[in-house]
Order: sequence, then structure tokens, then C-alpha cells
Amino acid sequence: MKVRAQIGMVLNLDKCIGCHTCSVSCKNVWTSREGVEYAWFNNVETKPGIGYPKDWENQKRWKGGWTRTRKGQLQPRQGGKWRILANIFANPNLPDIDDFYEPFDFDYDHLKSAPEMQAFPTARPRSKITGQRMEKIEWGPNWEEILGGEFAKRSQDQNFEGVQKDIYGEYENTFMMYLPRLCEHCLNPACVASCPSGAIYKREDDGVVLIDQEKCRGWRMCVSGCPYKKIYYNWSTGKSEKCILCYPRLESGQPTVCSETCVGRIRYLGVMLYDADRIAEVASVEDEAQLYDAQLGIFLDPSDPAVIEAARAEGIPEDWIRGAQNSPIWKMAMEWKIAFPLHPEYRTLPMVWYVPPLSPIQNAAEAGKIAAQDDMPDVRSLRIPLRYLANMLTAGDEAPVAAALERMLAMRSYMRSKTIDGVINLGVAKRVGLTPHQIDEMYQLLAIANYEDRFVIPTTHRELVEDAYDLKGGCGFTDGNGCSSGHSGSLFGGKKFRSPQEFIA
Amino acid sequence: MNNFLFGVFPYIAITVMILGSIIRYDRDPFTWKSKSSQLLRRRQFVLGSVLFHVGVLMILGGHLVGLLTPVAVFDALGVSHGAKQVLAMTAGGIAGVMALAGGGLLLHRRLTDPRIRIHSSFADTGILVLLLAQLVLGLLTILVSMQHLDGHEMVKLMSWAQGIAYFRSGAADHLADVNILFKMHILLGLTIFVLFPFTRLVHMISAPVRYVWRPGYQIVRSKRPAAR
Repeated sequence: MKVRAQIGMVLNLDKCIGCHTCSVSCKNVWTSREGVEYAWFNNVETKPGIGYPKDWENQKRWKGGWTRTRKGQLQPRQGGKWRILANIFANPNLPDIDDFYEPFDFDYDHLKSAPEMQAFPTARPRSKITGQRMEKIEWGPNWEEILGGEFAKRSQDQNFEGVQKDIYGEYENTFMMYLPRLCEHCLNPACVASCPSGAIYKREDDGVVLIDQEKCRGWRMCVSGCPYKKIYYNWSTGKSEKCILCYPRLESGQPTVCSETCVGRIRYLGVMLYDADRIAEVASVEDEAQLYDAQLGIFLDPSDPAVIEAARAEGIPEDWIRGAQNSPIWKMAMEWKIAFPLHPEYRTLPMVWYVPPLSPIQNAAEAGKIAAQDDMPDVRSLRIPLRYLANMLTAGDEAPVAAALERMLAMRSYMRSKTIDGVINLGVAKRVGLTPHQIDEMYQLLAIANYEDRFVIPTTHRELVEDAYDLKGGCGFTDGNGCSSGHSGSLFGGKKFRSPQEFIA
Repeated sequence: MNNFLFGVFPYIAITVMILGSIIRYDRDPFTWKSKSSQLLRRRQFVLGSVLFHVGVLMILGGHLVGLLTPVAVFDALGVSHGAKQVLAMTAGGIAGVMALAGGGLLLHRRLTDPRIRIHSSFADTGILVLLLAQLVLGLLTILVSMQHLDGHEMVKLMSWAQGIAYFRSGAADHLADVNILFKMHILLGLTIFVLFPFTRLVHMISAPVRYVWRPGYQIVRSKRPAAR
């Protein structure tokens, strides 16, 4: 057992209102620069839809993630090392920028500088790449917002697999949900594996996956390697960039910008301990539908004395172990089992998990006929098809998703009778296998969602690895050429600060 | 003049190339990149880039082996100078045409596609033009070579290259009476050496061959010191 800590995230889709505050605050902080105007480290998609970039979930087309070879080994779907090198002159699986969208701005200045005209002046779009006028905008980062566009196009969504999708094109039967997406900071990242330069790495202490901008040579294999298409090639700098999980904020105990600004309070951040020795074994389970269960098996119980001892032996600080014990992620993913990984079948062991959304009962006419026990309708009659959610969250296994939805319905029913009727409904709690205490806790975390319950983030421990005296009077962030004093050490001399230790895992 | 151009300038060029590359790598690693424009426009890129790179790599390898292998080795192997020259002309010709076709596609794309054009620096377009000019000169020398297939001229070029590589005095004398096309080809080549560290050409040094024998796939970085 090799214990490692990972900052995980859970998004409660049941409460997401699709306001895009997360995307906009992230964009303002991280990607409002030339070259990455088209990049959204965080974006919110309306599902069903083909998403951003187009059709990203279709791995037959984009070849992201991993495949399991006949021998049971894992290999990037875009090919093994030789194959990746053979494609280095031109990556056949790289999306065009038009698959994301051509970034544009509007001629706002024209609104106030236009001369007197017969018609009102308008602000027309202009490309942020060429600076030229764009006559018609064909696609954008959120083109399918609230079911925009024809059903024929949106229904190309891969999650419809195994669903009789035609009826969902009818107005009366339509359904939708929001899916905020960001880098999954996977335990088995395919981007790291695909990078020929070895520029992408996972941090040992908190699991954040980062790209070393000085080592990146712009071979672009990570873009096609990532099945979530969450690596963006900056066409201006010629380097790839990705969500950094706001690590400067995490290190000082603050939540990521997207989590901090989420008005629906749907985001949770916390520590998960896992067994790094089992990554390959868990990610190469033969049956895709077993991958969700397998990933649950890699997490270590932070209250288990043996785990605590092993964690200490690995040098995991005490407050991180305490953080893992109070982790909201642990409660939702492991204890209540209401959170699920996004597309576990990509075999990357993603660490941004989702609580599936409830949805209205299919239609009013049927509502009366539905067998409701303890005031609870059947989750199979919810408007969003169970199979659709299962395709997204558990590689098609409906049972765990159904159980989670039942628990969420049970929580509502239980709290309704508790607060309105003043009755403790033990029956409903028992039916979904929870104790009244657990339901109270769930209610506190999901419905009340206090700041300090949502974000349990231990600070980083630089003092353990760096000599603070050396750093005194240092220059904080630089882009590699020293401080403003102009002094940057001798050309061929050694580096003053120890560079991070790198090892192969 | 001949001595300066072909006896001294090669050393200047090689020094600038090596020192310049080291300094750039050390001082500004962020600028060290392939600077691919595939994301902006795929059209013409896949075919152009593959043809160009494969062609150029074949040519580079051919020049290295062909110019720097001592004449005695070929003699010992029983390869006649004439046969070697015909081989070089054929292989070099095929690779040259590939590279020229690919590079032509890439240059056309770079100049006519608005997305690529506006984000091409002077160095990006300039070095591509120079490389294409060099390819044309190189292919033209084949015409010259066809007039004397005995390998005599080629041995002069080999003697010069090896004279430079092994610091023999009087290396430039070998080139005193070769065809002007060869001289131009060599001078332009040396100029490209000089420009090498200041352009995107540096990405060829970081061809990621290490990837093939990198153990496993995953990389983890620890802040802790190496005591593990």
C-alpha cells in the first residue's frame, strides 16, 4: 500500500442552475489572454448535446483516454509510444480550433463612434485570431445552451447509447441537465502518458496535474490524449495549457475560483487518500461497467488505523489526514454513494465527481398512476432517462445511479415529514439504507451546504520541503528569468533552488 | 575570400549554432517549441508537414553520412565513387522532391491562410523560404552532377567537409574550382546554421526520442528531496 493524497471535487448537478458563473470567473482569472481565448478550463454544457469541443465524448473519433489491450495492458487509445511518435509531424486526432470555436469579440466601439445613420449602429463580430470580420458565427462554447439547436444534432450525444432517443425530441418528453466540466485531475491521466516530452506531471502531495511550460515543446499529443478534451493548445505561445485546479489558492487553503464563485453552492472540495500501487490494476479492469466499483476500491478509509499509519509513513501531514477524515468527497462518494465519476470507461480514474440530478416525473397524466411508496416515486419514471445518466457516470451500470437518486429523493421525503409534519419517517430512511443521522448529515451538506463544510482544504506544507530562509526576499512568481533585480544566476552555474524531484510512477 | 567563406565561416556558423542554442535553452526555455499551427488550420498541414519533415530528415541523414564518412571507408567497402554519387543523387533527389513538395504546401498555407499568415513572425516565414531555396539549390546540383558521374566532384566536397570536421588546414582549397551551385548551396547551408538558434528550427534538437524508453507512462513530481 502506497498512500497518496488527492484533492477531489464533487459537483452536485441537482443544484446546478447553469449560470456559468464558474466559467466566467475562471476565464477572467486564467484564460483571458491571446492564444487561449477559445479555451475554457471550466465550461458548462447543456445535456443532451454534443458539447465543447464538438462531440468530445466520441472516443471512436477523437481517440482520447485509454484502451485495454488483449493482454490486459493499458495503452493510450491514440496509440502506444511508437505510434504517438510516428504521428508527431501531424497529429491525426487533433481537433481544429473550429471544433472548439473561432474566438470572437464585437465591435463595441462602433456603437459610440458611428456617424449619424439611417439605421441603428450594431456591434458586429470580429475574429480574435485574424482580426477580420466574421459574417456568421457558426459555433460557440455554449452553442447548445438550454437545448439550443435541432434535436437531430444534439441527439448525436454519445450518452444516448442504448436509449430510444426519438421520443426525447418531442416537446412533451424533452429533458435537459447542466454539466459543468473541468480537468478531472485523474489518478491515471492519459495526457501525462501521451506527452512525448514528459512535460506533464501529477503532483505527489495533492494530485494536481500540471504542464511544465518550459518543458512543453508543443507536440500536441496531450490534446488528443485527454478524453475530456480539457487540454488546450495555446496557438500564440505554442504550448499546451490546462486547468491548474487553482493550485496557488489550494495551497493556501482556499477553494478554486470556480468553487468559490459558484452561486448554487454545488461544488465541494476535499482530500481523498488512495492506494497509488493499485492504479494500473484498477484502471485495467476488464469489464467497463466494473470501473466505477473498482475506483471506489482504490480509495482508502482515512479512519482506518492501518491507513493512518501508512499515510504517516509516506509523509502525509497530520492535517491532511484529518482533512481526509472530514472530506465531503469521502461522504458523498464512499459513504452515501451519491457521487459518480464522469465517464469511468475512459479508464483515467477521474477525480471530479458528480451527484446526478433529479428531474420531474415523466408527465402529469402518469403521475397519478405511479406507484409511490413512502411518498417516493420510482426513479425510473424521472424525466431524465436513467440509462442516459448511467452512460455518463457509470459506464452504463444503472443500479448505482438509481440507488443514488433514491437516496436523494428519500432525503427530501424524510426532511419534508420531519420539518412539516414533525414526524421522523424511519421507513423511508430504512428503504434506502441510511440512518436518520446520515440523512441529517446529507441534508446539512447538500441543502444547507455551508462554506466550511463544502471546502475542507488543508494548506500545503512548503516548510517541509523548502528552506524558508532561502526564500526570504525571493521574488515569488517569475517566468524563469529571475527577479526584477535582473540577477538570475550564472549561465552555466547550478540552479539556486532545488528543482522538484521527479519520479516515474 | 575562398578561404574565409569555406575555411573560416563554417567554424563561425557552427559556433553560433551551438553556443546560441545552449544559451537560448538555458535562458529562455519557454521559447523552445515546435510552434505548430495545426490547431488553427488542418488543411494542407497533414500532408505538407509529413512530406516536409520526412524529406528533410532523410536529407539531413544522407548529408551527415555521405559527407562525413571518410573516403577510405567507401574504398574499403568496395563502393566506387561513381556508384556512391548515383546513390546520393537518387536518394537525395527523391527526398528533396518530397521535402520541396511538403515545404511548398506549408509555405503556401503560411502565406495565403489568413489565420496562419497573421501569426507568422518574420523568422517563421523567412526560415521556411530559406529552407525551400536551399532545397531548390540542392536539387539543382543534381543536374550539375549528372554531367560527371565519376564521383570526382563529390570527393572534393567530402574532403572539404571532413577537412572542416577534423580541423585540417587548407580545407577550403578543395572547393576552389567546384561548380558555383555547390558553393551557393554550402554558403546558404552555413547561413541556416547561423540562424538556427534564432528560429523555430531548435525544436529538432528536442525530438522526444527519450519517450520510447521512458519507463511506464505516468510521471509524478514530489517536492520532497530525493531521499527515497
